[in-house]
Amino acid sequence: MGPNGSGKSTLGQTLSGNPLYRVSNPKSKILLDGKSLIGLEPEGRANLGLFLAFQNPVSIPGVSVINLLRIIKKINKKDLPKILHFNKEVESLCQEFGLSIEVLKRSVNDGFSGGEKKKLEMIQMLTFSPKYAVIDEIDTGLDVDSLKIVAQAVGRLRKKRTGILLITHYQRVLKYLNFDFVHVLIDGKIAKSGKKELANKIESKGYSDYLKKS
Amino acid sequence: MINSSKYGFSMPENYSLKLKKGLNEKTVKQISLLKKEPLWMKNFRLRAFSFFEKRKMPSFGADLSDIDFNNIHYYVKPVDKKASSWEELPSEIKTTYDRIGIPEIERKILVGGVSAQYESEVVYKSIQDKLSKKGVLFMDMDSGLQECPDLVKQYFGTVISLNDNKFAALNSAVWSGGSFIYVPKGVKVELPLQAYFRINTANMGQFERTLIIADEGSYVHYVEGCTAPIYTTDSLHAAVVEIIVKKGARVRYTTVQNWSKNVYNLVTKRMRVEEEGIGEWIDCNLGSKVTMKYPSCYLVGRKARGEILSIAYASSNQHQDAGGKMLHFAPETGSKIISKSISKSGGRTSYRGLVQIIKGAKKAKSKVVCDALIIDRKSRSDTYPSMKIFENQSKVEHEAYVSKISKEQIFYLTSRGLSKEDAEGMIVNGFIEPIVKELPLEYAVEMNRLINLQMEGSVG
Repeated sequence: MGPNGSGKSTLGQTLSGNPLYRVSNPKSKILLDGKSLIGLEPEGRANLGLFLAFQNPVSIPGVSVINLLRIIKKINKKDLPKILHFNKEVESLCQEFGLSIEVLKRSVNDGFSGGEKKKLEMIQMLTFSPKYAVIDEIDTGLDVDSLKIVAQAVGRLRKKRTGILLITHYQRVLKYLNFDFVHVLIDGKIAKSGKKELANKIESKGYSDYLKKS
Repeated sequence: MINSSKYGFSMPENYSLKLKKGLNEKTVKQISLLKKEPLWMKNFRLRAFSFFEKRKMPSFGADLSDIDFNNIHYYVKPVDKKASSWEELPSEIKTTYDRIGIPEIERKILVGGVSAQYESEVVYKSIQDKLSKKGVLFMDMDSGLQECPDLVKQYFGTVISLNDNKFAALNSAVWSGGSFIYVPKGVKVELPLQAYFRINTANMGQFERTLIIADEGSYVHYVEGCTAPIYTTDSLHAAVVEIIVKKGARVRYTTVQNWSKNVYNLVTKRMRVEEEGIGEWIDCNLGSKVTMKYPSCYLVGRKARGEILSIAYASSNQHQDAGGKMLHFAPETGSKIISKSISKSGGRTSYRGLVQIIKGAKKAKSKVVCDALIIDRKSRSDTYPSMKIFENQSKVEHEAYVSKISKEQIFYLTSRGLSKEDAEGMIVNGFIEPIVKELPLEYAVEMNRLINLQMEGSVG
């Protein structure tokens, strides 16, 4: 958790290897299951099981959602399930997130509403079935019902023992989720770590206590 | 043709001669004589030749200064022009065949293997049987002239005159092969007619000539070329395609051009569309060194419609100067041009288009959309739109976009596990998807694979 501009999204982008972000301190390390991620391409990190759900996913005109999902499945599962079986799988995911299956034929994120984009990130994440997921502000722009559905999906991954780093502004989404730790990020540094009580405290008092310290 | 087969093939044995390089009146007469043509065709050729000699090279478009007209065979036994075995093909082309998954049998057709030719004839024959029951004529142009002389004489050179431009004049003088199609009134040909089946013979000619006549209320879709690169030792391909779309008829003409990178591809294509008819060009240019091609529709009847969807792809040492022309000669005519171009590794694409609406073509409408994707800094794309509007009561729209593949898109896809090259291929395929989806399925699949292959090693 952290206020605007504290570096939450930067952390997510850096973990996934966005080439626009550079780790400047040569002593810094990013380790995933003991493997160093620095210097590894984004696809290399994905191959290690790391998934990033974007806060603002870009649109890719002409590339259909179903095509992207199929490729995600193929890359990360090595063997592609039978096409009919796969189609059923993604169709039921659409239903679960309250999306019409027509969405599968549309271009990725092209003309999608904010809520649709977030849901598509979740559908991609479930199709990817990651070992570790960084989920960036999934709660912004979602109504309460959608928020519950999204939280359930995240909860399901958690049960599968996926390591999850959920980036959020507010405590709102945390009402519907179980989580182990809360870290407060201020100005690129962890200012405070705690558990559920910390999240509750931030909800009532905001980040001002930690801002003063730094 | 002495022994033109009943399937519309011109068997290679019929071409027993290879005329000397270079072009003069004697060569033109010899070609006509060899083909045992009627006098009017010989005269047509000779008149065209004199226009060819007089006409200057085009003052616009790509650089054509390297073409040496005296270093070209104007009449060659077709089988001599291609590699005759798999081994003779350049290795890059072999690799491409492998990668886009061209089936073994088709590869053999592509390199002119004899056994495959036989098998393709069998397939071709069953299609021919169905067509002839409906009265549809589909044969190579030389056979058309022999078997349907009156019909050919009536329409040949009426849409593209022999002095239309230097290369149309050249084609008119020395043409060989191409397709002749006649679809009777009200007949709808459901399956696309593909030149593909005869790829090893007349159709692959350097100076092919195609004439399609769609009688009132009929429909036909013709597909030429293929996604696999076509290796040829010819350096000049100057074809002419003339199409007559009669009242209420509809013709779609799809081209997938992937000549090897030594070819100058200078083609004149035009449809005359009559009242309430529809003419559609789907034109994909991937190969060749230089292409200059502007398929056009002359909308001569009330409510006639024309559409051009084109893709141009240019990589290193390629210049695709393509586009289209829509000429509105009648009221309530409509046209649409959608052009998508991709330039990469120093390749150059140009859109060159004309929309003309004459005075009196009231309520004519036209829309042009040019969309250019430039992959890297070395590459180039230009747009040369021209509009000549003489009727106030008409509507013309023109949109042009230039885009790049964004770093954000690449990161998004690579974070899902795609390699950079695959991500780029996916984005480019997405860019051309609105046009590719109009292609017959097998072409669409091959096209996507081909783009992926082209994107490999392109990311710097």
